[in-house]
Amino acid sequence: MEPSLASYLALSGILFTIGAVGVIFKRNALGMFMCIELMLNAVNLTFVAFSRYYGDTTGQLFVFMVMSVAAAEAAVGLGIIIAFFRNKQSIDVDEASILKN
Amino acid sequence: MVGTALFFLFAGFAIMCAISMVYHKNPLYSAISLVGVFISLSCIYITLAAPFIAAVQILIYAGAIMVLVVFVIMLLNLDDDSGPNRLKYLYTLGGGLGVVLLAQTFFIFYAVMRASNVPSDQTLSAGKTLTIGQAMYTEYLLPVEIVGILLLMAIIGSVMLARRLAQPQLEIVVERESELRNDEQ
Repeated sequence: MEPSLASYLALSGILFTIGAVGVIFKRNALGMFMCIELMLNAVNLTFVAFSRYYGDTTGQLFVFMVMSVAAAEAAVGLGIIIAFFRNKQSIDVDEASILKN
Repeated sequence: MVGTALFFLFAGFAIMCAISMVYHKNPLYSAISLVGVFISLSCIYITLAAPFIAAVQILIYAGAIMVLVVFVIMLLNLDDDSGPNRLKYLYTLGGGLGVVLLAQTFFIFYAVMRASNVPSDQTLSAGKTLTIGQAMYTEYLLPVEIVGILLLMAIIGSVMLARRLAQPQLEIVVERESELRNDEQ
């Protein structure tokens, strides 16, 4: 007895919701970054679940692609966070308001 | 039966860790909770007959990306968050977005529940490293090459971003730049 496809999709949807709400609620850039990683993982779960239920390798291949893009995003994003911290001595995203007014 | 029990165990652990990640103010606690999410998702991938993806999940996410994040947290040496002085409408916006996404999730759950679905028989070969590797280097060669170029760009970009250009150096660069422009005119 295996859990149905719907339960995997529900888990993925709940994780995506938590990540999306977290991006808006979090104030520091690192927290937002980690919430984005959580959303990427939720999408990966749907890919793998569909791959299992339709017997297709393509889903797992694209999970691999998503992971590569997430690694590239981590490298660039953390570089931006360090550069931002060097200028402002804080990683609070509310501080990034030079373009305001 | 065992599959269902394992699924609910790991799903509950993943959701609890995700909530704890959003709840904690200290970035280090958030990072540790996120590692919990990654590990439980990796266990779910194993129950979905995808051992390659499960291994890669541990290696790339829990291994590489989270080590990088924890390294940055330690490097910046952050103090705790101050009180909430954030714009109020953002909380309303976030709550509304959460409700809409949850409603969507339950809609999808019931829509997919009605359709009868049985795991395919071919799945045992679909998750194997051999099958994935063959697909990667024959049918999907172009996306793999594009991802390679993307990673190269990310390496160069992150080095350029993290490089500290000292003030005198910056002045020299700006002067040379303006001299070059004058020469062209």
